[in-house]
Amino acid sequence: MNSDPTRLDSLWSPNRKASKRSESIVRFIFGAFALVSVATTIGIVGTLIFETFEFFQEVPFWNFLTDTQWTPLFKSAKFGIFVLISATMLTSTIAVTVALPLGLFAAICLSEYATPKTRQIIKPLLEVLAGIPSVVFGYFALLFVTPLLQNIVPGLQGFNALSAGLVLGVSITPLIASLSEDAIYAVPRSLRDGSYALGATKRETIISVVLPAALSGIVSSVILAVSRAIGETMIVTLAAGQNPTLGLNPFVPIMTMTAFIVQVSLGDTPAGSLAFKTIFAVGMTLFLITLVLNVFSFWFVRRFREKYD
Amino acid sequence: MNTPNTSDSNTPDGKVNLFQADMASRYRTDGIFQAITWTSIVIALLILAVLIIDVLMDGLPFINWNFLSNFPSRKPEQAGLLSALAGTIWVMVTVAVIAFPLGVGAGIFLEEFAEDNWFARAIEININNLAGVPSIIYGLLGLQVFVRLLGPNGWLFELTGIDITGGRSILTGALTLALLVLPIIIVSTRESLRAVPDSLRLAGFALGATRWQVVHNQILPIAIPGILTGTILALSRAIGETAPLITIGALTFISFLPENLQSPFTVLPIQIYNWVSRPQKDFHDLAAGGIIVLLVVLLVMNSTAVLLRNKLQKRF
Amino acid sequence: MMNESINTVTTPEPALRTENLNVYYGSSLAVRQVNLDIPQNKVVAFIGPSGCGKSTVLRCFNRMNDLIPGARVSGTISFRGENLYAKTVDPVELRRRIGMVFQKPNPFPKSIYENIAFGARINGYKGDMGELVETSLRRAAIWDEVKDKLRESGLALSGGQQQRLCIARAIAISPEIILMDEPCSALDPISTLKVEELIHELKQQYTIVIVTHNMQQASRVSDLTAFYNAEALEGGSKVGYLVEYDRTTSIFHNPAEKATQDYVSGRFG
Repeated sequence: MNSDPTRLDSLWSPNRKASKRSESIVRFIFGAFALVSVATTIGIVGTLIFETFEFFQEVPFWNFLTDTQWTPLFKSAKFGIFVLISATMLTSTIAVTVALPLGLFAAICLSEYATPKTRQIIKPLLEVLAGIPSVVFGYFALLFVTPLLQNIVPGLQGFNALSAGLVLGVSITPLIASLSEDAIYAVPRSLRDGSYALGATKRETIISVVLPAALSGIVSSVILAVSRAIGETMIVTLAAGQNPTLGLNPFVPIMTMTAFIVQVSLGDTPAGSLAFKTIFAVGMTLFLITLVLNVFSFWFVRRFREKYD
Repeated sequence: MNTPNTSDSNTPDGKVNLFQADMASRYRTDGIFQAITWTSIVIALLILAVLIIDVLMDGLPFINWNFLSNFPSRKPEQAGLLSALAGTIWVMVTVAVIAFPLGVGAGIFLEEFAEDNWFARAIEININNLAGVPSIIYGLLGLQVFVRLLGPNGWLFELTGIDITGGRSILTGALTLALLVLPIIIVSTRESLRAVPDSLRLAGFALGATRWQVVHNQILPIAIPGILTGTILALSRAIGETAPLITIGALTFISFLPENLQSPFTVLPIQIYNWVSRPQKDFHDLAAGGIIVLLVVLLVMNSTAVLLRNKLQKRF
Repeated sequence: MMNESINTVTTPEPALRTENLNVYYGSSLAVRQVNLDIPQNKVVAFIGPSGCGKSTVLRCFNRMNDLIPGARVSGTISFRGENLYAKTVDPVELRRRIGMVFQKPNPFPKSIYENIAFGARINGYKGDMGELVETSLRRAAIWDEVKDKLRESGLALSGGQQQRLCIARAIAISPEIILMDEPCSALDPISTLKVEELIHELKQQYTIVIVTHNMQQASRVSDLTAFYNAEALEGGSKVGYLVEYDRTTSIFHNPAEKATQDYVSGRFG
């Protein structure tokens, strides 16, 4: 009856078993790969907790929080973490002071004023800026910006928070620009039209309607940039110096949390020594600060995002 | 239309008189505002230009064959970055070999195989958080796990006599950097897979193919340009990293070439860091030379990524 | 073909008049040869199938089309006898006097109060802001629903309330004409009814031009109706044109054109 030769059952022998087996093998292996990221997190948290715990066996937690000196490598060691935190905050604050206006205005320009053609030229250039390795920015801060600023700011020392902070700000500007631009770009056209129809100019529309509508995305981009600035290492290590002093003077050498970790790592510190444990305690502090900022940024977007359909 | 000549008629409560929009000053403010936004872009790009010109002016005179083929030296005129260049290539290849399968596999699992349950969401949140962890923290992880636990005289060595990483070695550096860039590869893999239209998957299933057959034969070939682009960008991030490698203790003065994965090593950014942090001007200029080489490597990689994206990408 | 009918229904000075209006997007013609008068204090409905250019013409009246790159017009539109597209006319200033309500409610992500006050403030309103907000909300028949939550976000309102908020926002700056671009298409029937009642109220004080897909709505709210249609050009693009413009009752019960008859009786479109 059936004359179609391709319909003969004998011609079809799919190896269902084999394909099912390879399916589950692939599934298992790739699932295990996905777990690597979980293992990484566990490794980071575990490592930091373990060594930090060891650290606090030797250094009282209270001293860690309240000492006003940071001299872990001296004979009379002092472990006042706020010395390092204040330095990190100083460079990060300078950085955000630079990056926030620069990045936000750049985002507004790209999204609202630049023609598509100009945008196509500027965006890759900003990506180049974002892709410059931090050690290169460190070189620039130490050997170009500092000498330049020394002509303007009397008493500016060779290592200082100002140059480091300024260049750090330049390095996080593309991050703010790109994430804020996404947020601004996503504001629906209908909102802008509503504003124009009331007789608003372009600037009035941007400031009063578009930016408020994009606020959650902008704030989250800034928080992420702050987190990036706090964790940045090479610029502050090279340009801000390695001199742990408590205070907010941007003209003198300071030592950030990350710079301390580098300083100890460069020396030959035996595992198990207090100095070794100290870098993990500092790392833990750094990790917690950036984690809180990242989680806050994530939460902020979800909480305050305006829903437009 | 500039004169409110109609305010007498058809204005129910005479409110028109209450509107005194000063158009001239509003437009002036508009112009100033627009100028400010353009200035921001110009400033950012100007700084980029100044940085590159500064590096070129300082470093270009030092770029020659000796600079590329000599080992580092205490004498600036003899110093080169051969070992750093070799180390960077070793590390980059090793990172690619480790991170590419891991990242792409994890990306495929999360996008194509995982059901939308708490487990998949937890992994996703976890990856998002990892992307925000400072790179130096990865260095601490590498120091503890790869140098201490899995290295010589480590925990595993005491138990079994096996030294996996060789301590402060290329393998340790590559593993550390691989973990650092893994989130980037996973995310770009997922985005590339997501961009493939579902109709192709359904067509495959309708022919009786298993999920893996569909992904392997239909989806991956289309997604691969995007995945490769993301991987190259991740690698260029990795070879610019300095802090995690310093933390695991990559040496800065290496006057030999790596022989295997367990060899000690240095890389371009560390060599640059080393030269910048010396007081002598000559070494600073060498650093600028090193930066030029590093930037050229990055430029080549990024252009490859862009070319790949433009050439191979099929549009749907 | 329309001059006779227009003379029978218009007052001497129309609020808006178009003469040989053509609208182009880039090089392609979107709407051709529109001639009509919109009399003061009337509601004029624009009806027609999709792509017939009724919204395009509407958006010329407050020069919203200026915001679309490549859009341009030829012919003239006069607003109280003055050319809308004259060089001396500032579109930003013009939009204060010709307000617009959009298809989808688009309240700003601000408080209800600020949604109303925004337009007044940028346009240099010198009167009492609180009073203006209240009057506008009252006129838009939404005051009772929102008077206790003026500080809450406009986005927290229901769709129908949002649209009336947008109408309140438009009338707060005392426009002479209100353009409505399918204001009810995103609303449920009850909200639609409320907006239609509101249009009846507003007619006392404003000239209203409303684009609608809904023929019942056109027949309910408008005094005059303009029927647009589209014809295909070579190359697949469509160009819209005005078929017939007359009293709403005539359009719906005794249209002059066969196409209008077909459309209003639901035979196409």
